[in-house]
Amino acid sequence: MSTSFVCGGLRCRVMSIVLAGLAGTAFGVGLVLSGMTTPAKVIGFLDLRGAWDPSLGLVMAGAIAVYAPLSRVIRRARRQPWFDGTFHLPTRRDLDGKLAVGAAIFGIGWGLGGLCPGPGVVAAAAGSETGLLFVAAMLVGMLAQHGWVRR
Amino acid sequence: MSSSWIFALGGGALIGAAAVLLLLTHGRIAGISGVIGSLLPPLPSDRGWRLAFVAGLALAGLGTALIAPSAIGASVRSSTAVVIAGLLVGFGTRLGGGCTSGHGVCGLSRLSARSLVAVAIFMTTGAATAMIAGAS
Repeated sequence: MSTSFVCGGLRCRVMSIVLAGLAGTAFGVGLVLSGMTTPAKVIGFLDLRGAWDPSLGLVMAGAIAVYAPLSRVIRRARRQPWFDGTFHLPTRRDLDGKLAVGAAIFGIGWGLGGLCPGPGVVAAAAGSETGLLFVAAMLVGMLAQHGWVRR
Repeated sequence: MSSSWIFALGGGALIGAAAVLLLLTHGRIAGISGVIGSLLPPLPSDRGWRLAFVAGLALAGLGTALIAPSAIGASVRSSTAVVIAGLLVGFGTRLGGGCTSGHGVCGLSRLSARSLVAVAIFMTTGAATAMIAGAS
């Protein structure tokens, strides 16, 4: 078992923030390189007719090829992550209506705009009008769902 | 293999590596809708890593705007359609508990049945919508 620690000191807290930021940046660069920030490309992938562009299927394949084995190694080798006392992984296994309806609604929005949440944030930060409009609406949609759940 | 396939695979691998880093350091699933949605009210206590991750994501966007602005594609839809798309994506991802990253990358990697169902559904409705709305 490798050593684990949860930090209290300033240096450790700074490291935890820097590494979370680095993960976000790497994620964003991956989205840009893969073409996920180009709505026309995403729609060309989802639109199976005519000149179908299947290349974006490789984005998920490439990500899973890295994440599936390495996440297993981490979970086996460590009792806890570097900067937290425990792993926070989903435990639900039931299939319910919310999951199905939510996924269906998300898919409609994705197919319509050609952007999902990550690429939307990257595009907005790049100053794209589409990205800014999309993310603003997305946050409203999220808030609406949170309010709807609490009601 | 055309260059767009290599970029898709390489970009995907980098996304996977970023998700690995977040799991190793913070023990979290790199699901963008969850990371962002949980920054909205009701506010969680663990805002630090979430804000840092989103800031990192934004930094990638800023860098792209400076180095390769053409990589951020313009919309192929009207502004009204973009707003409707954003509303649906925001509402749907929170209701369904994830998006392309959380369900698609992390969930499928964990062989989660919930994620497999979610991905099958959003791929289907996404394809149907893209085809109905047209490629342009």
